Amino acid sequence: MDRNAEHYIDQDEPLYRPLYQTGKGFYITAGILVLVIIWAAYMYFNQIRYGLAVTGMNQPVTWGFYIVNFVFFIGISHAGTLISAILRLSKAEWRRPITRMAEVITAIVLAIGGLHPIIDLGRPDRMLNLFESGRLQSPLLWDVTSITAYFTASTVYLYIPMIPDIAKVRDRGGKLQWLYAFMAWGYQGTEHQKKVLNRAINILMVMVIPIAVSVHTVISYIFSMTLQPGWHSTIFGPYFVVGAIFSGIAALLIVMIAFRKAYHLERYLREIHFQYLATLLLIMSIIWFYFTFSEYLTGAFGAEPHEMQIIMYKFTGPFAVFFWGMVLCNFVIPVILLSFKRFKTIGGILIASCAVVVGMWLERLIIVVPSLANPRMDIPFGIYIPTVTEWALFAGGIAVFILGYMVFSKFFPIISIWEIEEGRTEGLKEVEERIHSYLPAQTNP
Amino acid sequence: MPKWAMVIDLDKCTGCGACMAACNMENNVAIVAPKEAQEGHVMFWMDMITSYEGEYPNIEVKRMPKPCYHCDDPPCIKVCPVGATFRNEEGLVGQVYMRCIGCRYCMAACPFTAKVYNWGEPQWIDGATTCFNPDVSRRMVGVVEKCSFCAHRLIKVKEDADQEERAIRDGEYVPACMENCPADAIYFGDIEDRQSMVHKLSRNYRAFRVMEDLGVEPKLYYLSKRKA
Repeated sequence: MDRNAEHYIDQDEPLYRPLYQTGKGFYITAGILVLVIIWAAYMYFNQIRYGLAVTGMNQPVTWGFYIVNFVFFIGISHAGTLISAILRLSKAEWRRPITRMAEVITAIVLAIGGLHPIIDLGRPDRMLNLFESGRLQSPLLWDVTSITAYFTASTVYLYIPMIPDIAKVRDRGGKLQWLYAFMAWGYQGTEHQKKVLNRAINILMVMVIPIAVSVHTVISYIFSMTLQPGWHSTIFGPYFVVGAIFSGIAALLIVMIAFRKAYHLERYLREIHFQYLATLLLIMSIIWFYFTFSEYLTGAFGAEPHEMQIIMYKFTGPFAVFFWGMVLCNFVIPVILLSFKRFKTIGGILIASCAVVVGMWLERLIIVVPSLANPRMDIPFGIYIPTVTEWALFAGGIAVFILGYMVFSKFFPIISIWEIEEGRTEGLKEVEERIHSYLPAQTNP
Repeated sequence: MPKWAMVIDLDKCTGCGACMAACNMENNVAIVAPKEAQEGHVMFWMDMITSYEGEYPNIEVKRMPKPCYHCDDPPCIKVCPVGATFRNEEGLVGQVYMRCIGCRYCMAACPFTAKVYNWGEPQWIDGATTCFNPDVSRRMVGVVEKCSFCAHRLIKVKEDADQEERAIRDGEYVPACMENCPADAIYFGDIEDRQSMVHKLSRNYRAFRVMEDLGVEPKLYYLSKRKA
């Protein structure tokens, strides 16, 4: 088999390696994660048995960690598809090793985030009422609709550009032949197939952007459609979308750094990729600050008593630690670390990204809880202290994400091999031609 | 079509809490254990809001009974994803316990914090299980519930009136809280009927509604000289 022999000396061999070689570290990590997931599942089972009394939610703080994490996880999911679609659309050549990693984040995190409202339900057994007697006037139904659309679009958008790689893995032989043969849909890389594939990708990437934007806008509508002070804000839609992209880029950077280390992908994920993404993160940090500033200034300047009560609850009250922690994590740390060349190393970027992920989680927390804890009626403040159950399910969600990502990387190349090859063969030429077309037209002497 | 409304005279109210007790008994509201209550899992369809004004020793205590306000434009029904909360043509806002999925969105949307949630399986004290009100269904864990203006009493009143082929008289439909108020501070009736007590009182100079500026049109009027 000449064709196979050719593949074996492929220069992208390191990208196939994780599919065939699994180290001890993988099994140990997976084991720990499975334990965490079992723990979370047990706690959820308890919650079903005893009702939501096992959580820290109460009257009037009727929403807690589950809704916070729902907004948070769906926010992270914007990393993927949106970033990869925008980079593909803008023909950013440096996207090639990043897109697949980003899209996988979306698919996994979206599944986890989408489950959170169900975890939050008092009667998950009646979930199908949403379809049987759903009211499309309710913002929650908008959510169900847009998240389903986004999940469908982003999994298809993950799968379609993966077909050539699946075909490559199929051609190499080895394990799970039938699976790869089935998933590759008989892709042989003919001119026609390439054309169809590229067209499908082009259509999807244009479609996926408005869907992604709609998802987080609609999630913000859950809050902003109510009359509650601190929630009833017109800025919430774009504010949430910006926050989502912001946390998404940070999560993508963390994943990239982790996999670069674990699978020795230094040749593919180079310094420049991190630099570019970090610049994007810096820009998003500044835009995020602009939105936050506008949101709180309008509230505080108008000083409507109920609004003011919540703002003071966040500025100086019980939530001051979280509020100022959020400002520190989302603005101060990333801006300092990413503005100076000296700190903008892989280590610095990792710290900034971790800070942003924590900060964005805090942002979700200080949006959900204070408004509920300070109702308009003159009743005592609500206090919300999450219980072990809620922490367990939070840990479980993160564990499912990491495990899902790890398992994915064992079955499919985590970096798009055919796109890298395309970059070598066609990208170089194309970019040169493109730059020529930007330059002033040559005049004949 | 009548439109049922309530008036509570805060100048008469002594803040004794008899309305709360009567409501719990009438509507089979689960009584939670002290530990649960401490965690904020207590349920009152008729709540009592207590606020303090001034500084020691000149403290003024305000007590304000708070049932569901049965808004004419209720924020809770707008957000319900499954239509488990509704407003009927007589203006009563109700809850369908068998359809509620327990997402608690209505509770988050209610500006008056009027709804309560069954955080755990209701636990009944000895004896309570033998004297449930047979007219009111018991609720299961994980659903939202709230004051119904004792809608089950309206059914009886309607049956009586139908049998005698007459309209419902003013003061015939009486919720449990009103019946048990020792100070006679609660009034209830058809606010569209110009002859009714409730209509007259709602036009009183002392009458006000809570947060009228929200535009949700609560159908509960308070009477007070000092405006809560």
